[in-house]
Amino acid sequence: MAEIKAPIRPGKIIIWCLLFIGAVIMMTPIIFMFSASFKYNDEIYELALISSEPTLSNYIYLFENTEFLLWFKNSILVALASTVSVLFFDSLVGYTLAKFRFRGRKLVFIAILSTLMIPTEMLVIPWYILARDFGLLDSYIGLIFPGIMTGLGVFLMKQFFESVPDDYLDAARIDGLSEFRIFTQIAMPLVAPALSALAIFTFLGNWTAFLWPLIVTSSAELFTIPVGLSSFSGEFQSEWEMIMTGAAVATLPTLLVFLFLQRYIIRGVILGGLKG
Amino acid sequence: MRLFIAIFFMLPIAAVAHAVEIDYWQYSYKSRVDAMDRLIAAFEAENPDIKVHQTTFPYAQYRTKVAAAVSAGEGPDVVQLYYGWLDDYLNAGILKPLSEENFPAAEIEKDFFPIVHNMKADGQYFALPTAVRSLGLFWNKKLFREAGLDPDIPPKTLDELADFAKKLTKHDRAGNIIQVGITIGPIDQDHNWWREVLVRQFGGTPYNADNTKVTYDDEAGIQAFDYYAGLVTDHKVSVVDFMDKGEIAFKAGRAAIHIDGSFALSTFDRARRLDYGVAELPTYDGIKSNFASYWVNGITSKATGEKREAAEKFLKFITSEKAMQLWLDQVGELPARRAVANRPENRDNPKFGPFIRGLDYAHSTKFYSEAEQRRTVVDMLDRVVLNGMSVARSLRIAAEEDQAIIDKARMK
Amino acid sequence: MSIDKKRAVTAWCFISVPIVYFILVRFYPTLDAFSISLTDWNIVGKKTYIGFDNFVRLWHDPVFWQVLGNTFEYLLLGVPISLILSFIVAHSLDQIRFGHGVLRACYFIPFLTTAVAMAWVWRWFYQPVPVGMINLALGQMGIKQLDFLRSTTEALPAVLAPAIWAGLGFQIVIFMAGLRAIPQSYYEAAKIDGASGFRILREITLPQLRPTIVFLTVISSIGFLRIFDQVYNMTQEGEGGPLNATRPLVLHIYKAAFERFEMGMAAAQTVVLFTILLIITIIQLRVLKNG
Repeated sequence: MAEIKAPIRPGKIIIWCLLFIGAVIMMTPIIFMFSASFKYNDEIYELALISSEPTLSNYIYLFENTEFLLWFKNSILVALASTVSVLFFDSLVGYTLAKFRFRGRKLVFIAILSTLMIPTEMLVIPWYILARDFGLLDSYIGLIFPGIMTGLGVFLMKQFFESVPDDYLDAARIDGLSEFRIFTQIAMPLVAPALSALAIFTFLGNWTAFLWPLIVTSSAELFTIPVGLSSFSGEFQSEWEMIMTGAAVATLPTLLVFLFLQRYIIRGVILGGLKG
Repeated sequence: MRLFIAIFFMLPIAAVAHAVEIDYWQYSYKSRVDAMDRLIAAFEAENPDIKVHQTTFPYAQYRTKVAAAVSAGEGPDVVQLYYGWLDDYLNAGILKPLSEENFPAAEIEKDFFPIVHNMKADGQYFALPTAVRSLGLFWNKKLFREAGLDPDIPPKTLDELADFAKKLTKHDRAGNIIQVGITIGPIDQDHNWWREVLVRQFGGTPYNADNTKVTYDDEAGIQAFDYYAGLVTDHKVSVVDFMDKGEIAFKAGRAAIHIDGSFALSTFDRARRLDYGVAELPTYDGIKSNFASYWVNGITSKATGEKREAAEKFLKFITSEKAMQLWLDQVGELPARRAVANRPENRDNPKFGPFIRGLDYAHSTKFYSEAEQRRTVVDMLDRVVLNGMSVARSLRIAAEEDQAIIDKARMK
Repeated sequence: MSIDKKRAVTAWCFISVPIVYFILVRFYPTLDAFSISLTDWNIVGKKTYIGFDNFVRLWHDPVFWQVLGNTFEYLLLGVPISLILSFIVAHSLDQIRFGHGVLRACYFIPFLTTAVAMAWVWRWFYQPVPVGMINLALGQMGIKQLDFLRSTTEALPAVLAPAIWAGLGFQIVIFMAGLRAIPQSYYEAAKIDGASGFRILREITLPQLRPTIVFLTVISSIGFLRIFDQVYNMTQEGEGGPLNATRPLVLHIYKAAFERFEMGMAAAQTVVLFTILLIITIIQLRVLKNG
């Protein structure tokens, strides 16, 4: 390639240096957060990145004396359940709308698409009343029910299923597979990249969700990580090393997943972003 | 014989079947929850047919969660609430009055500190406190020594307070304050200090006799607020919400003087290397004043029949003299019954003493909406400190906002 | 039954549960929000129908106008700043090979963080001395500290910064995908013509990126209009202070609905939010169509 042989121009070096500085700035909050989580209270007001005596005591305190482990579990549970449900239902609806011809198909599609226009903030008040009337306040089902299916996911999956050739599906029909099995065993695997994109977005969205969990939960046993962290930080006001430890615990899982699956995640974000 | 066996086996079942279960709610604060656990254990030992289940919520959410739960018919039978919220709860129909036979009004008025009068509506008491709190002045002896002040002599008057604070303020090279002479945090206890203490000391009253009109919008109010805001703007001995919260700054040894409630004692006692003293609030013109607040326990409209009887029994127990001494020892909050508070070992205690003595001349505000009324004081100070508005004008706006909150609440 | 009919039945079977769900959890609540907005209701007592009184009260409420102003300030600062920054980074990243993956990861990682957690990190940075990192560093250089969250003018940008910071990674990645999709031959032709770097940018790159830019504008506009997590967690007691200087519409709605339980008033504000989002989306779709 010509590019490799070309001599490195000074312009490029400047660009590289600026990009490097930018990258350091981008990472600064995260680095300082982790750094503070390993410090004792009396060192927290010093700029030094690495403590003279690093300690795990903040983490130990956090896990022994607060409900972080529980919140962690709740967050995982809620994010996983929502993701599985969204993957299944959104692709089922997207598949049906893409591959079946029936009366009312267009209407259903437009109706579902129109839900994209409704901001969550408008729905939380009716949802809260709904949850109260069904006795779902402060429960797992109450946390999960608004996100069992999403209009965006249906739209995304429909786009992808449309590019699946009908021949594949017809061949399976001739083999005598039931329609449901054609969907799960033939069609779903063909759109695996789209599914992984949807999974990433849904999981991340639920993992970081704040407004609805804040509204629907009241007892600490049902908090998700963001709600727990918010109330914890309020109570530990200004014990910054503890707050940073909590923030680090909330951030770590997605960072680890990213380090292992970087390629897939970025591809998924592009796929989801562009088609959606 | 068979009958005997049958009865033998039936008895415990019958006893269990008859156990009345009641729910008790308070906000989560470790020492309070532990103390309540001990009270519940003692109560259940005395009353084997009653089981009390305690539930707690984080402080920040406590208030809204109680309202939401009771509105959904899921609330507690006995609930702890801040005295300033009583009106909200009465308006929402959450509380039922205490029965005259178990809680005779005459006896309550004889035995408790007079501030509990606020719990009376239409001639009936709706709730009673286990403990009360008042304000006091905390000072850091080490910082006093560093500033060349006598570590055992706290400021006795407001003038001394400003004077001491000046000597106790430290700056860095860039001129930023890195140690405040006195903490200023209207969002914490300062709004009470301003409303019930400073206003009265400068010759005013915060509200009229039946608490329907704001009366601090006068010359006395202006002087009181001028003194308070002046600590930041003129004397420059403080920064609003320095280190986020006065309590934190004082604990970290970055604030020399701090005004707070008796409940802060337990926090400061846990801080290492913090050598501090407690005194009664500084006077002005020889006038003493203090602010008392308390958390009360009331019985909700949800408790009926035998649950109601059990709830009254429980309430009686947790407002007894025995419970109050335990609460003082465990939580560090002052007894609501005069007889317990005035025991010599309590009244002369170097830490609790100043607070208990403060109760003699304490006032408590009749809040219509504690959070919103507190906000008016926070904004009043911010307008002066951040926007440079004049003290008188900012006070006028705050008084109007406060009056609007009162009017709106009274319309309901 | 004909094959077509059979398949139609299958289709309806597949989507029956989702349809019930969308009606119950999306459409009904939407209508409900509109209907609640016409009532006076404290969630416990009876709903009283009061027509458009809530909207009239909002119209006359100076705090509501301040809140709307704040909301648009978030939008009008946030969208251009984040788009320009992310385009510059994406365009530069696109030109370099050495350490490309690591640099890209550094820009992308903030996108994966939890807004609540990062809000507290930034809140800590912004503290006055002797707590906050930024002011500590300034103090060591002998520079007077900045007030940040304790100032009525600096607080809003200070709260906005972490929101921009967190969204940048996503925009960069999308911009880079857009840049990659521009056919290389366009550039080669321009080079033969001897076009300057700036002209290439103006006449090839930006027009070719138009769909990407519109998409990112829509997405980030909606995001900034709905800002909540950062404000709730970075301001004293989640009030959106000082003196309401940072309070956005969603926080105002939250306070009305779930702290004061003024459901009618809160629902009316959600209707306002809905209308604003609708108008902005329609305008932007128009722009996209004309292109």
